[in-house]
Amino acid sequence: MALLEIKDLHATVEDDDGNPKPILKGISLTINPGEIHAVMGPNGAGKSTLSNVISGRPGYTVTGGTVTYDGQDLLEMEADERARAGIFLAFQYPVEIPGVATGTFLKTAINARRKANGEPEIEAVDFLKMMKANAKKLGVADSMLKRPVNVGFSGGEKKRAEVLQMAMLEPRLCVLDETDSGLDIDALRVVADGVNALRTPERGMLVITHYQRLLDYIVPDVVHVLADGRIVKSGDKSLALELEAKGYAEFTGAAA
Amino acid sequence: MTDLAPTIPLISDGIAPGAADEPAWLADLRRAGLSVYTERGLPTVKVEAWKYTSLAGLKKIPFVLDDGRARLPDGGDSDALALGPDDALRVTLVNGRLAGVPADLPAGVRIASLAHLLATEPSVVEPHLGRIADLADAPMGALNAALMADGLVVLVAPGTVLERPLHVVSVSNTPDGQARHGHPRHLIVLGDGARATLVESRVSAPGAADSLCNAVTEIALGREARLSHLRHVERADTAVDLDLTEATLGEGATYDTFTLTLGGRLVRNEARVRLRGGGASTALKGAYGARAGQHFDTTLVVDHAVPDATSDQVFKGVVDAGGKAVFQGKIIVRKDAQRTDGNQLHKAMLLARDAEVYTKPELEIYADDVTCSHGATVGELDLNQLFYLMARGIPEADARALLVEAFLDDVVEAVPEGPLREAFLGRVRAWQARRHATTWETS
Repeated sequence: MALLEIKDLHATVEDDDGNPKPILKGISLTINPGEIHAVMGPNGAGKSTLSNVISGRPGYTVTGGTVTYDGQDLLEMEADERARAGIFLAFQYPVEIPGVATGTFLKTAINARRKANGEPEIEAVDFLKMMKANAKKLGVADSMLKRPVNVGFSGGEKKRAEVLQMAMLEPRLCVLDETDSGLDIDALRVVADGVNALRTPERGMLVITHYQRLLDYIVPDVVHVLADGRIVKSGDKSLALELEAKGYAEFTGAAA
Repeated sequence: MTDLAPTIPLISDGIAPGAADEPAWLADLRRAGLSVYTERGLPTVKVEAWKYTSLAGLKKIPFVLDDGRARLPDGGDSDALALGPDDALRVTLVNGRLAGVPADLPAGVRIASLAHLLATEPSVVEPHLGRIADLADAPMGALNAALMADGLVVLVAPGTVLERPLHVVSVSNTPDGQARHGHPRHLIVLGDGARATLVESRVSAPGAADSLCNAVTEIALGREARLSHLRHVERADTAVDLDLTEATLGEGATYDTFTLTLGGRLVRNEARVRLRGGGASTALKGAYGARAGQHFDTTLVVDHAVPDATSDQVFKGVVDAGGKAVFQGKIIVRKDAQRTDGNQLHKAMLLARDAEVYTKPELEIYADDVTCSHGATVGELDLNQLFYLMARGIPEADARALLVEAFLDDVVEAVPEGPLREAFLGRVRAWQARRHATTWETS
């Protein structure tokens, strides 16, 4: 069974005047367990909308099509249910939450999922061990874990913290929304290593990016080009290199 | 006296005059208070200081003056009502009457009932009682002066440090179901260099009927004295709690307060702090959470009378549907008070459309070399933060609770680290857990 199956997905977002503005105009895409799909495209193509619709962010209206995750109708589920079912969105702009310690937040998230699965809460000792081990792998300092969620983190630290959360929550489908933005080459490598360490035959990933650079490190099985709300071309990883060489002009021109 | 004011609320049933053999100064104080109150009456919303807090509802309740006979309910445990057990010296007051004084007080510390001192040693309180609080523009404080019967007196001798916190649990009780009003009067005097931590819990006995507690606390801090004043107000929905605290600070003295208000139908925490000595400093901080039918008012006046004093007001609160909060903060900087550093911040979070908050910052500055700031924000729960938490699998109700707690916890950190801070955080948690079940599940 496919892990994620998107069929002819249409979605709108409210514009400043409160009118629905179509962003996604018929997207179809199937991710099987173990596959990494990259979605590339110019600004305004609908990349972030796609990740937001999959994760259940309010403010978007699905006007057509279906999204099936692991056999379930994803669009019927609230954002928190989707997360507990194993979908993880690594945010393009991770949100700062003053007053909530990173450790408390992660533990609450892990226990929410365990509770939904009828499992007991994680032991404090096991949690700490797990957090420390993952933090070390991702070069996340202990002092960061003591700080409130994302507060005072640099851009690179925020992205590393996202991947740390991803590792801790053990999702089945990872959606990475422009995880490379704002990262220098060293940070990019650390983050990519962290993501690659999570590659398993059961797990699927959707990597959304503007630039090919990230895909040198996280090598995709399939690359899709998204332009004006539609997937205009799909291919293997060589498509990303082609885009890097030629740019998006061909596709934006075709879409216009 | 009854004939004097047949239509004025709270005194039309006749007032309890002081004892016949009361000293003349005390009789004068009562007369002055009564005169201000009869002239002004119950403050209405036309009075600027009471613009957002109406006492009109009090007129509909057939109050009688508390007779001092109420006790804790049978098996009543003030620990359970207050912040929980701690290592503090414990004093319990029922309707403002002292129900016992801790033994084994350190040398230099005197804790006594005001009623007892007025009857036996009035000269001990005479230098302070009624001399710190200004009745002229405080009609409810004036009523307190007229009707006060008892309260807590704490005298700390110069240079004495009270190591253990003193925890005062004020319980409202109406054992016969009769609505009562009472007027507790407290006096806290710290001599030069003395130090103390005063914790106050203002709570109600289970099932208490309508009550009005109209308290006045006078605080005098000598040179370099330090008082940490932590207050927990969690009255029943039948309680009206009006509290006026007036403090005078000498040179280099420090008065730090934290007030957590989580319960009561109408609670007004009014504080007036006069910085009378150079280098004096005060931090007035607090948090509140108001639910439907609750009205919480914080009214602060910090008066910089001399140069080089500092003040800091920080309050944060959340208001649920049908709740109402008021924050009035004033900083006065007198002509001579150069190099004053005075700051004020109020942040409110409205959790529903029909939640109300009124904020009135006032700066009255007559000196020219000062640093003063004020800030006020009224916002809602941050939807980006909410989505971030939900995107990690945390259910909406839990995510909202986490964010509300985080918002309040931030200011609870004003309580010194240790068991007391944990106790205050515990009250926020318990309050949150109660509202959690009723507020979010129904929305």
